[in-house]
Amino acid sequence: MRLAFILGEIGSGLRRNLSMVISVVLVTFVSLTFVGAAGMLQMQINQMKGYWYDKVQVAIFLCNDSSTATGCASGAVTKEQRDNLAKMLESPAVKPYINDYQFESQAEAFKHFKEQFSNSPIVDSVTQDQLPASFRINMKNPEKYQIISETFSAQAGVETVSDQRQVLERIFEWMNGASVAAMVVAGVMIFCAVLLITTTIRLSAFSRRRETGIMRLVGASKTIIQLPFILEGVIAAVVGAVLASGTLWLVAQFWLNGDLSKQFLNTPFISSTQVLVIAPVLIALGGGLAGISSLLTLRRYLKV
Amino acid sequence: MIRFENVTKVYDPNARPALDAVNLEIDRGEFTFLVGASGSGKSTFLRLILKEDRATSGSVYVAGQNVANISSWRVPKLRRGIGVVFQDFRLLPQKNVFANVAFAMQVIGKSRSIIRETVPEVLKTVGLEGKERRMPHELSGGEQQRVAIARAVVNRPGILLADEPTGNLDPITSMGIMGVLDKINQNGTTVVMATHDDDIVNEMRKRVVELRNGVVVRDEAKALYTSMIPVVGESRRLKDASGAELDRAQGGQQ
Repeated sequence: MRLAFILGEIGSGLRRNLSMVISVVLVTFVSLTFVGAAGMLQMQINQMKGYWYDKVQVAIFLCNDSSTATGCASGAVTKEQRDNLAKMLESPAVKPYINDYQFESQAEAFKHFKEQFSNSPIVDSVTQDQLPASFRINMKNPEKYQIISETFSAQAGVETVSDQRQVLERIFEWMNGASVAAMVVAGVMIFCAVLLITTTIRLSAFSRRRETGIMRLVGASKTIIQLPFILEGVIAAVVGAVLASGTLWLVAQFWLNGDLSKQFLNTPFISSTQVLVIAPVLIALGGGLAGISSLLTLRRYLKV
Repeated sequence: MIRFENVTKVYDPNARPALDAVNLEIDRGEFTFLVGASGSGKSTFLRLILKEDRATSGSVYVAGQNVANISSWRVPKLRRGIGVVFQDFRLLPQKNVFANVAFAMQVIGKSRSIIRETVPEVLKTVGLEGKERRMPHELSGGEQQRVAIARAVVNRPGILLADEPTGNLDPITSMGIMGVLDKINQNGTTVVMATHDDDIVNEMRKRVVELRNGVVVRDEAKALYTSMIPVVGESRRLKDASGAELDRAQGGQQ
């Protein structure tokens, strides 16, 4: 009886205030979409950082069969060339600048590649031979990249020396900036959403003040009086959050893993299932904000 | 059932108190009229019983409990023991008679079967048999007030507070309402009725408590609207009266 009563009250509240409820849904939808987009950008950054960002700062790529660099005139790197490079890495001229280094064979490179790009169609078209073996060097001070580059670039068997960090960092900086911008927009929108929820609940409480007045007099509990209003706000916000989650899922499914992954074959994109991790956060955020702001509004505008 | 011990209520510290050191006891099953001019403190008296306001000093006891000691989450329980009727009926316009009365039971979680059983009984008590499906705007003022009374007593409160329940009704309809209130009182409910209506008070011959400027100036059993005996409380008040306020308010009697 009590549940049916509360549901009935919520239903009538939502109907009576339909235009306000729709605006709450839309504003929470937009604001949470921005929150979710910021979250997705961060996930994307983490995804791209993958396994190489922290471990490896400088990579010496060795020649393979298809290499065209001057150091690769003799074809793929030989065992002697490789040993020679390893010896140089141990030499006193280089050793002080590096923490440690690892050799990554073509087989390992292929394995890592497959892991990293598991969402990308490029995996199917790449073979082990196409990937270069490399020395992965962890620098004591990443700024000293120049020393490694000068020492190894001209060596036989070396295709190229690259500081992956620099390239990555620029991309990550850009993405971080974008996610901060999304958070700022989200913050403003959330503020709007909270104000709108507050106004909606206030109107709702005002339009039903006769009912609540009578409920109070006949001794209805605070919960029974307030719950319909709070749930009204929460339901509207949760609907907005669900719409936002759906939109983000569609973006991941059809844009990131559709168009974009075809254009940028060597970039690992977050999968649409990963996006679903954001959905509960958005729903909790939307519902929580609506609940708290409704409760505070009721405290002021609905005497119990 | 209701006991006021030296109760003072001050809304505005710069004005005189709404109630000034009121001592009063109303027993279980009593029918009491609360009379006095507008602003004499009748409504404040009723509000204090409902714990709508807190007494500034003194204690209000309802059913043996000091209302000041009732925590806010238990106030609903206090109010379930008190029915209230107003001058303006306060019915829900979009609900029919049955639904208006049933509302009071729904919101405190009564089951559907109990509601279906109780509401017609109560409507019969107030004389609205067969009008369950009418909407409030289809009823006369007197009938609307009967619905409001039915709603106030449907949960069988021990106390019924009526704040000028006949204020909007003509004398004959008012007498009908009084009949209903009397019947409810006969069934054991304590009734406190604030009113201006001298005809009704004179007709009913019940206990009359008269308030003036927040002070009880008369408390008489089986009394009339205006006192027949010289006001005993009044003369005592005048003796210890020191403020000019009192002189002005009671200037006519000096």
